[in-house]
Amino acid sequence: MSEHRPRIGVVTFPGSLDDRDALRAVALMGGEPVSVWHTDRSLAGADAVILPGGFSYGDYLRTGAIARFAPAMESVAAFAEAGGPVLGICNGFQILCEAGLLPGALVRNRGLAFVCRWITVRVEHGPAGPAESSGRLTIGPVGELLSVPIKHGEGRFVASAAELERLEAAGRVAFRYCSPTGEVSDDFNPNGSEASIAGVWNETGNVLGVMPHPEHAVDPDLGPTGGQAILQWLLSAARARVPA
Amino acid sequence: MNVHVVVGVRLKEGLLDPQGKAVEAALPSLGWTNVSHVRVGKEIEFDVDAPDEAAARAQVTQMAERFLSNPVIETFEILQVGEMISLSRSDERPG
Repeated sequence: MSEHRPRIGVVTFPGSLDDRDALRAVALMGGEPVSVWHTDRSLAGADAVILPGGFSYGDYLRTGAIARFAPAMESVAAFAEAGGPVLGICNGFQILCEAGLLPGALVRNRGLAFVCRWITVRVEHGPAGPAESSGRLTIGPVGELLSVPIKHGEGRFVASAAELERLEAAGRVAFRYCSPTGEVSDDFNPNGSEASIAGVWNETGNVLGVMPHPEHAVDPDLGPTGGQAILQWLLSAARARVPA
Repeated sequence: MNVHVVVGVRLKEGLLDPQGKAVEAALPSLGWTNVSHVRVGKEIEFDVDAPDEAAARAQVTQMAERFLSNPVIETFEILQVGEMISLSRSDERPG
């Protein structure tokens, strides 16, 4: 039996940059990429959705603040509410936070620099959620190290102390920035994120936001492939939603 | 009536403000060595067509809560509600 190719919708906003890489990465990983325009109300029958990186609406007001009101986002919010898998990458993560689909916010980096380099993240927790749902599909062994690039000026994850406590207690920290050998410390925190957080899950484990760019790290001809595990989660979660 | 409104938005107290830090670090080179605790916020200015100022204020409060500020990281303050010539209108005046 050949594996089903799930349809993965990639939303393009004005100012999105990484939508094409995301579409290409989906195809490389065995999915069927589908473009979704920001004014579309339909997600084109997608089994999962990617909100790609970039600078939607010029990052005006706040990163993601305007994109979150795009017509396509109403559909994405409804899709996520219904358990649909959604991956927000960089600006996509910022949009999900603004939309209230993920907790916290992403603010200006601690240093004065836009950071653009390869880093390592450690897998902290797979998706939570009911055992029988797609949510149980793990991203990789906990503690696995993924080599992925970051490129952002506003990637410092912040949340209230109470929210951070809830996230940690519920195992909703997906990734932390770390050294190449897996040590989490301030020296390997590229932007000053609270608790070195590089990615978080929503409560039901079907929405994931990450600052690093998995879509730039899937093709072995081009470098490390730490992004594969992250996209693999999305594709598996998408397949799990498709009736056999 | 057109009600002129100014909303101020600031980063929450205690949240690191790298922009403020950068401004603060540059001040001594201009000779101002006695400035500390610099924070950079923003001001959003617009006109609202509302029946009266109270109605405008109520609407602007909602706008600020839902859109102009993000309660996770920012606080807002309505700095002004009242008729005056807005900057945008004076911008449009022929030179």
